[in-house]
Amino acid sequence: MKSRDQGTETRDQEVQRVKRLLHSALPRIGDEREPDRDLWPAMLRRMDEHASRGPASVPWFDWALGGALLAFAAMAPRTIPLILYYL
Amino acid sequence: MRDDADSVLSRFRHGDVDAFETLFRMHQRAVQGWILRIVREPSAAEDVTIEAFWRMHQAHARFDPDRGFEPWARRISTHAALDWLRRRRPESSMAPELWDTVPAPLAGDPAVSGEVRAKTAQAFARLPPKLRVAALLAVVEEQPYKEVADALGVSVGAVKLRVFRALRLLRKDLSEQGITP
Repeated sequence: MKSRDQGTETRDQEVQRVKRLLHSALPRIGDEREPDRDLWPAMLRRMDEHASRGPASVPWFDWALGGALLAFAAMAPRTIPLILYYL
Repeated sequence: MRDDADSVLSRFRHGDVDAFETLFRMHQRAVQGWILRIVREPSAAEDVTIEAFWRMHQAHARFDPDRGFEPWARRISTHAALDWLRRRRPESSMAPELWDTVPAPLAGDPAVSGEVRAKTAQAFARLPPKLRVAALLAVVEEQPYKEVADALGVSVGAVKLRVFRALRLLRKDLSEQGITP
């Protein structure tokens, strides 16, 4: 029991030493910072870029699926009503 | 006043850009500050802040006004910063002649040499990002475990475990380099 307590104590001390080392290596940033630059114009640019991209945001597999359906319909025109029924 | 805030949150949820701008301006500083604590580079923090707000804008329909904007924004910000850490390669090793140029933080131990500080920072950068974020917020930034857990979307126990694993891995890495903490 005593040796287990000593083991826990040693481990705690090791953890504390690593924590101290970490504090020495990496300064705390905290809340004291320079006032931030207004990022709203950059945010608007990001939103505009996305809006102007439009159809490019359709996943490639949707285009592939559409292409495969068109090819299938061209090869077997009699299936077109069936495909339209299930769309 | 309370009704105004509720109205902004509700309008944001329905995709109103003006409401989004209001929330952006209200929370930019807090979000950017939180992200800076994780990424630790001001220019990267700006990019990740925009990415985080972009994700909020994209996810507006899933926002629950009853739970408040701040915890939701903080969780999205934390994950955006975590993704940035995952994409970024660990720092390359620093040349020995630069070790003594590493400044000691004000709260740091002046007895710790520049070499040890540089090697500790590099070893820390090699930790898995999930462990690094938990240790950065809980140990370096001294944030309460509950707050870190909420930001990461995990339990307090999981945060404690991540911090413990991070410190153990850091100690092992440093021992292999001949540094005994």
